[in-house]
Amino acid sequence: MDGQMQAGAGCFSIPFDVPPYRLSGAVYGALLNHASALAALGDAASRPPYGAPPAAPVLYVKPRNTLGPSGSVVRIPAGIPELEVGACLGLVIGRTACRVSESRALDYVAGYLIVADVSVPHSSYYRPSIRFKARDGYCPLGPEVTARAAVANPGALTLRTYLDGTLVQSARTADLIRPAERLLADVTEFMTLAPGDVLALGAAASAPRVRSGQTATIDIDGLGSLRIPFMDAGA
Amino acid sequence: MMRARVAYAGAIHDATPAREGLPGHGDLRLADGRVVTEDEVVWLPPFEPGTVIALGLNYADHAKELAFKAEEEPLVFLKGPGSLLGHRGVTRRPSGVKFMHYECELAVVIGRPAKRVARSQALQHVAGYCIANDYAVRDYLENWYRPNLRAKNRDGGTVLGPWFVDAADVADPANLGLRTFVNGHLTQTGNTRDMISDIPHLIEYLSAFMTLLPGDVILTGTPEGVVNVMPGDVVACEIDGLGRLVNTIAADDVFGR
Repeated sequence: MDGQMQAGAGCFSIPFDVPPYRLSGAVYGALLNHASALAALGDAASRPPYGAPPAAPVLYVKPRNTLGPSGSVVRIPAGIPELEVGACLGLVIGRTACRVSESRALDYVAGYLIVADVSVPHSSYYRPSIRFKARDGYCPLGPEVTARAAVANPGALTLRTYLDGTLVQSARTADLIRPAERLLADVTEFMTLAPGDVLALGAAASAPRVRSGQTATIDIDGLGSLRIPFMDAGA
Repeated sequence: MMRARVAYAGAIHDATPAREGLPGHGDLRLADGRVVTEDEVVWLPPFEPGTVIALGLNYADHAKELAFKAEEEPLVFLKGPGSLLGHRGVTRRPSGVKFMHYECELAVVIGRPAKRVARSQALQHVAGYCIANDYAVRDYLENWYRPNLRAKNRDGGTVLGPWFVDAADVADPANLGLRTFVNGHLTQTGNTRDMISDIPHLIEYLSAFMTLLPGDVILTGTPEGVVNVMPGDVVACEIDGLGRLVNTIAADDVFGR
């Protein structure tokens, strides 16, 4: 252990023009937070192994090895035909957020960015292996951070996913079960978010499947376009 | 060599035991030469953690205690930086919960980047070790992406320290006794030799799909003997050669709730 062992070593970040000016490298996401995603489970959400629909936000961590900029290649492991790309709106935290109220929640947001939650497809949400979501490069984000002031209403955005230029999914933040304000309130009840942390609000059901050689592009109104080329691990 | 990171008199310092042989019970020598007592400083996690990787049910006895069948693949989950706490810290027990417990664990700190590392080479990527106490509030456990963050990634729920001990000074990480005391009473004992997935296996497994970077830390799971803890309880986790990690449980009122 020496001087190179600093928090954030090897960590991708994006500079931006409002405090805290850079990402911390901590990225959390919510699953099953889009009405269509929970609805897709139907009655299964109430049966074993789940027993009951989720009460608290279903959260996951995208570790620093997964982070990458727009345009960075996502590698598809051998033996896996396709990956899923879940288009999410990401909140960038502006100041320490602990037990924030819904009504003040957006005061703690510095800005917004596009987050692509890339996964190896898996059918169970009970105790899935982290090798489905935590692989190197499986969380492209960006292309930049758009300041909060430039987004009139984060609850009224449309996320469009294209595969090689063809629109394959359109989702609305209006259909989130917990909108940004509510999710921030519920998450910071038990875990404090720090400046520069990212919280992704969750993807819609039926995340597009992507094969090697294809390029996914996610657009969100006013936030730009996140481009994600997919290649075989050996390519 | 064992090192701590402490806050003292307006700065953060590296510190070492001022007297050999009494880690955690003696004075500290700061890098600038000052000698201070352990209760004069604020203990921070003894290194700057990167990705925090944790194991569930990695001891045969604890898995049995929780009715878990050993699976082929290690049960791994990830934690965020907001949950981290140092030695002599305070962890909140929410009011109304029925079962909150500690988990004494060996923490393995990565030194050299590790990508597709074979088991036989794995320990060359380890910088050193420390003690972890990975709290859980079982009341909040839900069957979605277990173990869910509300149960396992709470503020102050990942305690690390007191010392970072160089790998070179730990003769056999696969044979270390672990003990937890609650208010001085021994409640948990185990030995790292009883891990289901040992350290080389974990590094081989993880580095096959995620690059491990310096500062990343693997909390290797806990043996049987977890018990409920209440506000005011003092929880001390010990691991042979790594010292004694002390933590106090506090109620909501301490946190203004």
